Amino acid sequence: MAKVLVVTSGKGGVGKTTSTAALGAALAQAGQKVAVVDFDVGLRNLDLVLGAERRVVFDLINVIQGGAKLSQALIRDKRLETLWLLPASQTRDKDALTEVGVATVIKEMRSKFDWVICDSPAGIERGATLAMRFADAAVIVTNPEVSSVRDSDRIIGLLDSKTEKAENGERIEKHMLITRYDAQRAKRGEMLNIEDVLDILTTPLLGIIPESQEVLRASNVGSPVTLCNATSAPARAYRDAARRLRGETVPITIPVAQQRLFGRLFGQRAA
Amino acid sequence: MTNAIAVQPQESMRLRARSFMAFVLTPWQPISAWLAQLDKWSGNSPNFFAGRPIILDLAGAAVGGSEIAPLITQLAARGIRIMALEGVDANQLAPSLPPVLQRGRSNGGDMTAAVDGATITGPQRHQEPSSLLIEGPIRSGRSIVFPNGDVTVLGSVSPGAEIVAGGSIHVYGALRGRAMAGSAGNPRARIFCNKNEAELISVDGYYCTAEQMDANLRNRSTQCWLEDCVLSIAALD
Repeated sequence: MAKVLVVTSGKGGVGKTTSTAALGAALAQAGQKVAVVDFDVGLRNLDLVLGAERRVVFDLINVIQGGAKLSQALIRDKRLETLWLLPASQTRDKDALTEVGVATVIKEMRSKFDWVICDSPAGIERGATLAMRFADAAVIVTNPEVSSVRDSDRIIGLLDSKTEKAENGERIEKHMLITRYDAQRAKRGEMLNIEDVLDILTTPLLGIIPESQEVLRASNVGSPVTLCNATSAPARAYRDAARRLRGETVPITIPVAQQRLFGRLFGQRAA
Repeated sequence: MTNAIAVQPQESMRLRARSFMAFVLTPWQPISAWLAQLDKWSGNSPNFFAGRPIILDLAGAAVGGSEIAPLITQLAARGIRIMALEGVDANQLAPSLPPVLQRGRSNGGDMTAAVDGATITGPQRHQEPSSLLIEGPIRSGRSIVFPNGDVTVLGSVSPGAEIVAGGSIHVYGALRGRAMAGSAGNPRARIFCNKNEAELISVDGYYCTAEQMDANLRNRSTQCWLEDCVLSIAALD
């Protein structure tokens, strides 16, 4: 039986889609059968980040409305044979999502995959609440800055009240993923410290992903960052986070970008 | 052969007495203006009336007998269920309307209900719980409304969350949201917290925002209370 994971945040632009792709790829690399589902109807991005945008025929809305079977809509990743994508529609909007439809699709996916990762849209309305509705666990993506932390807090409140698990009196497993962390800026007081974020959100930490230009490079070439440059700092951090999701105990470290001494010297001379 | 049949003990019909505390709404003319005010008030606290017994006191409203039923319907449409009426002559009313009560005691005294001139004191007074304990943090956007008494929170209150209590508020954590104590008209209520980062605090309607608070009382363990209609805050450490 699969585990349904929702990657959510409240705030937009913090790294939900990037993290969904990176975690999904890391889990697939470890041999798990993974499906990533894009719930951002109308503003889909997961297909771009995975490099599948030219192979989209059917999407989540088609499956919900019965216009296509799930197997027709799922797109297999070309690099990882156990990673699949169910894209969102770009021409429709969130009103096309129905609770019954989403329930049916998730149920069917549970029987076929080890992990179903739902990439939630930003906000707290229908798209976000439906993405989290049937989840067993949640990854709350937060940037270490005040607006993101406040929005994440709101989303955690919704996870504890608007999910099926919460309504049945069960606790939904919650993990916090801090993204775009810049240790220098935190030291200068321009960004919140990890301790501050943990103190406000009181949720177990899944991992700390450092700010890196690798992320933008990866999304421009249509590859999850864990595949594109596997030795980069964010890729290592995401892989550790995926291991923690599977229950392994991995000590939390903040990977520092490996700087090449000669690269820096030459860079300065050229300037 | 004897058939043994269990004999059911005869249960006698018992009439018991219960006391409840109910809220009283006192409309005034014009009713439409009063309803507009009510909507404005309940807009801020949407579920305030849900599940509560409400008494409609028509003594000051000069409402004619035929206007009462439409008013009750209008209140029902707002989720306000009228349990009983006060301040009208029972003879004027149709039997389908809620009963008229006499001599209700205002809150603060003992909880005996007067029925038809005779006073019945129930030996087991069914008291509603007078304090609410919440474990775990109160997340942003949550609103805790408890007019019956004190609220104790074992955890922090996030910014954007609010606690409205009829009694005192105790936060064993950081108070970063809004805390409004003594909401049902209790000037002796207090607010205690381990770490004062509140957005707004209020006792019996008198409030103080974060900006108005003394800077050296922030981030400290504090209590606040009302003294001669002035909200005072002091450190506890």
